[in-house]
Amino acid sequence: MLSQQIITLIEKELKKYPADQRQSAVMAALRFVQDEKGWIAPEDMADIAVYLGMPQMAVFEVATFYHMYNLKPMGKYTLTVCTNLSCQLCGSGDTLEHLHKKLGISLGEVTVDGKYGIREGECMGACVDAPMFSINNKQLCGRLTNEKIDQILAELDKQ
Amino acid sequence: MINIEIDGIKIQTQNGATVIEAAHQAGITIPHFCYHKKLSIAANCRMCLVQVEKAPKPLPACATPVAEGMKVFTHSEQAVKAQKGVMEFLLVNHPLDCPICDQGGECMLQDMSVGYGGGHSRYHEEKRVVLGKDLGSLVSAEEMSRCINCTRCVRFLQEVAGQMELGQAFRGEHAEVMSFVSGTVNSELSGNIIDLCPVGALTSKPFRYKARSWELSRRRSVSAHDSLGSSLAVHTKNNRVLRVTPIENDDINECWLSDKDRFAYEGLNSADRLTKPMIKKDGQWQEVPWQVALEFAANGLRHLANGAGAEQVGALATANSTLEELYLLQKLMRGVGSDNVDFRLRQSDFSADGKQQGNNPHPNLPPVGEGANVSSLAGGEPRQFLPWLGMSIADIGKADRLLIVGSFLRKDHPLLAARIRRAVRKGAQANIIHSADDDLLMQVENKAIVAPDALVETLTQVSKAVAAKQSEGIAGSLLGGERVVVLLGNFAQQHPQSAQLQALAQQIAAATNGKFGFLGEAANSVGGYLAQATPGAKGLNAASMLAAPRKAYLLLNVEAELDCANPQQAVAAMQAADLVIAMSAYKHRATEYADVLLPVAPFTETSGTFISSEGRVQSFKGAVKPLGEARPAWKVLRVLGNLLKVDGFEFDTSEAVRDEAIGGMDIPAKLNNASQAATQSSILSPQSSGLQRVSDVPIYATDAVVRRSAPLQATADAVTPQAWLHSDELKKLGVQAGEIVKVSQGQGSVMLLAAADDKLPKGVVRVATGHAATAALGAMFGTISVERA
Repeated sequence: MLSQQIITLIEKELKKYPADQRQSAVMAALRFVQDEKGWIAPEDMADIAVYLGMPQMAVFEVATFYHMYNLKPMGKYTLTVCTNLSCQLCGSGDTLEHLHKKLGISLGEVTVDGKYGIREGECMGACVDAPMFSINNKQLCGRLTNEKIDQILAELDKQ
Repeated sequence: MINIEIDGIKIQTQNGATVIEAAHQAGITIPHFCYHKKLSIAANCRMCLVQVEKAPKPLPACATPVAEGMKVFTHSEQAVKAQKGVMEFLLVNHPLDCPICDQGGECMLQDMSVGYGGGHSRYHEEKRVVLGKDLGSLVSAEEMSRCINCTRCVRFLQEVAGQMELGQAFRGEHAEVMSFVSGTVNSELSGNIIDLCPVGALTSKPFRYKARSWELSRRRSVSAHDSLGSSLAVHTKNNRVLRVTPIENDDINECWLSDKDRFAYEGLNSADRLTKPMIKKDGQWQEVPWQVALEFAANGLRHLANGAGAEQVGALATANSTLEELYLLQKLMRGVGSDNVDFRLRQSDFSADGKQQGNNPHPNLPPVGEGANVSSLAGGEPRQFLPWLGMSIADIGKADRLLIVGSFLRKDHPLLAARIRRAVRKGAQANIIHSADDDLLMQVENKAIVAPDALVETLTQVSKAVAAKQSEGIAGSLLGGERVVVLLGNFAQQHPQSAQLQALAQQIAAATNGKFGFLGEAANSVGGYLAQATPGAKGLNAASMLAAPRKAYLLLNVEAELDCANPQQAVAAMQAADLVIAMSAYKHRATEYADVLLPVAPFTETSGTFISSEGRVQSFKGAVKPLGEARPAWKVLRVLGNLLKVDGFEFDTSEAVRDEAIGGMDIPAKLNNASQAATQSSILSPQSSGLQRVSDVPIYATDAVVRRSAPLQATADAVTPQAWLHSDELKKLGVQAGEIVKVSQGQGSVMLLAAADDKLPKGVVRVATGHAATAALGAMFGTISVERA
């Protein structure tokens, strides 16, 4: 079941589109679900499909096409590390290695306490700040060094 | 019109056509995979790249509209280079496992790679692997690595079948065709994705590894499982039917086939086929030679007709028997002096019978359909009521307003439903009056879902509203149309007030200048009438023959407890009879009540004729020899006629029987939907207590062959019938959905799972018929009780 809060958000989103094009809100709806619970389960996709009046499979297609949607629980803080060329040249390999050392997890894994997860990401369009990762697809962190990563993780630990 | 030039050939084509369509018109082949003339354009395989003059790069022919003066080169150096490049990419991840692939020999990719593929691959890296999927008992998707992601299957299910059961998930190299959370594909048209798949990713599960396509002989035949008369090819090897595929026929089935037509063949060689004549002696069944069995049957019939009287003999046949069989059956009965013969086993209202359309007693009734023109209605020969589609199948697709009364449309007529679905997509409005609200997978403009006893009242109101030119609701929708079609479905024809429903529907069609027709229930619903397999003035119809039991019955393909309107009554009548001669392809419950079993051939093993709902006469030949000692029923009836010394039974071929039955007959002039208005009797008196039964014949329970097809019986559509009630009714009974309830009717009762369907009207329970689990119940309509078990 979609929460009342999500339904309110979707309704607001729906106002942007013609009344007979409800499926236009599918990406936003998926995002709201992920913001609320951290990932999108098939049941959530089915609920969205019913709410927007579109086939379940069509929601599934969208949810699997974009890599920002988590199809399994990815921790409270999902760190999406860019592994594209610019970041790689600037040392995203070291970033991953450091994260692995600090958190004990590799790409696609979640810490035992469910706090952190690491995903592989595509170019975030800010190569000037390479190497970089994003936190929950919301906050970009660039020019990463081991010290800076420690600092970011320490801050997240405090929250 | 637009003038273009393809490969130097000047072509005139329609504005808005695509290059590939124009090329096909001119007989020029452009290689393609994802393009299909009946589906939307995806342009994702890129195989149809062609060179277009002044275009800087090759363009996909399937997605490029023609323009005046356009010059296209399909085989120029640039075009072929592009096509070869695409082919190389398509083969990069293809497993090239043709030797073990079922598609081998009839594979578009295989054929095309001969023309455009390289002799060896430049790709030495790992190929991607896509895990197999379980899509159900009909379609095998075990080798999805073969998929080239053309999305034909996705588009078919979405556009033609009406539900997006497959989709292309993930992205780029990880893209794969799959269902939502590993669901099965439950469409009643799902088998078509096997034909559509240009590679071996989707193959037929029952046919898997049975034969190579080049080992099969193809025999043209006609669908025996619904009234559409679909053209199909029966593929055989070693005298065994191994698969069935559609033959393209735009007037009937286009290039599709319903799963029922496609997979029913699996029931042909089921273990309970009757392969030897049998006689019951002292309560024991014995296999006997044909001669003995036939003499036994003939002597029994003669004895009874001479003793108890010929009117004590009744003959019942299913409506999917061939024209020849039905004709000889009635001729035999009339030869022994009985007029009791009928093929309308599930019908309960016969009041239209014998009412002849003479000097058009209804000035309001306009000519209906193509068969009945004004002159033939207004006078001349009295014409018998002979319900038919009232129009051609193609006409239904051209309608802009439809009213469908009493039909489980999607399950009873899957391909007709697809045609109507397409019309609705193009802007037609469908209106429904019915007692159940199953999802038709199309937009329904207006619907009235009422209990069976309120159908007449509802239709009366619509008729009045149409007369009053109301602008709202169903009437408004119909009045707003130019090509109105009013159709009565199986449910309406089986309804105890079907004559009234018919009269009202006809009035509505008349008042809206529309066409009116009956959706036939079975392959020979029209043919049965033309074969005269209906009782004459002094005969008894199917219902009366069972209500007033006869001493002897001759059954043709009938399974009494599954094929009749009232199974309870039918079985009781059979058990009470002195002599039951069952002509059947299967050993079924007749072993409990019959005295002699004569093995007859199903439609693939006999020649014969079906006359489809639209009055199309289609004869076919047997595809294989009859199994064991089974014989075509027309031959069996012929010998019975000889043994009983009935005149005029010297037929050597089924064609001779057909010619005697309908040779020289002006069939269109015989088809006649107009009958005298029914008496306004309320047969279904509204009951204050108890529930009314709404019954459907599930899609895979309609005839003996389908019932024995294991793959069809493993689909979601073939689950054991449940007792469906509105949740308020469930509450009243104190029952939860999923609990077992006792459903009783007459003297019988069965235990079924209760299920909730809030779209059903209140006061009804939906219990399917035609299934062993509900065979102990009574009539398809009427009072039924449900209680906690």
